[in-house]
Amino acid sequence: MSVPPDETLAPDDALAASRRRLVVEAAGIVVSAMGFGFVYGLAARNAGFSPVEAMAMSALAFGGAAQFAAVGYVAGGLAWPGVILLTALLNARHLLYSAAIAPWLRDRPLAERAVMAHLLTDEGFALSMAHFRRLGRADAWGYWVAGIGATFIPWNLATLAGVLVGGSIPEPNRFGIDVIFPAAMVGLAVGLISGRREIVAAIVGAAVGVAVALVAGPAIGIIAGGLIGPAVGLAVPGALADERAPLGTGASAERYAMPGAHLDDKPRDGGPR
Amino acid sequence: MNTQLIVLAVFMFLVTYPSRALGLLAPAMDRLPRRALDYLQLVGPAILAALAAVNIMVVTTDAGPRFHVGLEWLAVGACLAIVAWRRNLLLGLIAAVAIAIVGRAAGAA
Repeated sequence: MSVPPDETLAPDDALAASRRRLVVEAAGIVVSAMGFGFVYGLAARNAGFSPVEAMAMSALAFGGAAQFAAVGYVAGGLAWPGVILLTALLNARHLLYSAAIAPWLRDRPLAERAVMAHLLTDEGFALSMAHFRRLGRADAWGYWVAGIGATFIPWNLATLAGVLVGGSIPEPNRFGIDVIFPAAMVGLAVGLISGRREIVAAIVGAAVGVAVALVAGPAIGIIAGGLIGPAVGLAVPGALADERAPLGTGASAERYAMPGAHLDDKPRDGGPR
Repeated sequence: MNTQLIVLAVFMFLVTYPSRALGLLAPAMDRLPRRALDYLQLVGPAILAALAAVNIMVVTTDAGPRFHVGLEWLAVGACLAIVAWRRNLLLGLIAAVAIAIVGRAAGAA
């Protein structure tokens, strides 16, 4: 999904082309969010949540994995402090997303960034980052499309549908709804890979995640995979990394971060807007 | 209609929002050292892969988490292959769902 900016296009054309691509990619996420949100609504209904409780969780917590875990924990009788702690742990990964995307959005007003923060999900991050990287700069329109159009609205509408009408569907997994979320996560991960270090990070993240999850539970496993995978990826020698922009160079930093965002880098022309 | 769990949702928001907002709202977070940015560059693929793998390979039972092998592997693997080949997530998702539907109709777990 992430490609180098097409330097043969004029800036306006490049923006339009990247936005078109964002919308196409967002369509896949809408499908994922609708399917997964519907399944969440079903699960919440089966766990005894009322529609307003299920909707409150989707609107306020707005984190699929954490919400699913919460439904399971509530149904299993886990005390609220345990649910809250596990939610914090499972959603701690957003700090890393937030730090990564912050340089791109630093020129947006504080109030706007405060709202943007609530919409920062796995899907929104991946869509926005791929869009920004194609452009070489931020595009607030793209962030709102990714955060609201592709995730927040479909997720909440699907939650409502699942909790209201889901009772009439006897076996939702027969329709493949349960594979939508993991398939979407894998697809988004592929979109962020542009070298062997990222491949190693993803493979190690998955392996560590599963291994730790089997011992300590899924929430801990996902966090462990997300922390250890990148560390192992960084250990891959540069000669083997096959990076289009090798790590440790300005090109690498600028591939993922806003140009000119580093203490030791000089801002480029056409930098942050 | 029950509303007690709305309070739980508020607490979930209160522990989630800071992790989403800290980087975006704290002024120093946008000037991280290059090594830290290189690390962050790898976080997305690692976490997304971990989420997917744990989702299809680990099931939680009354006896605790256990390893799971099933049709989901094939469905998600097909999505991975299609996205890597065609760079089209929607196509990959359609393929994954189709495999799950056909496989389960054929009696696969």
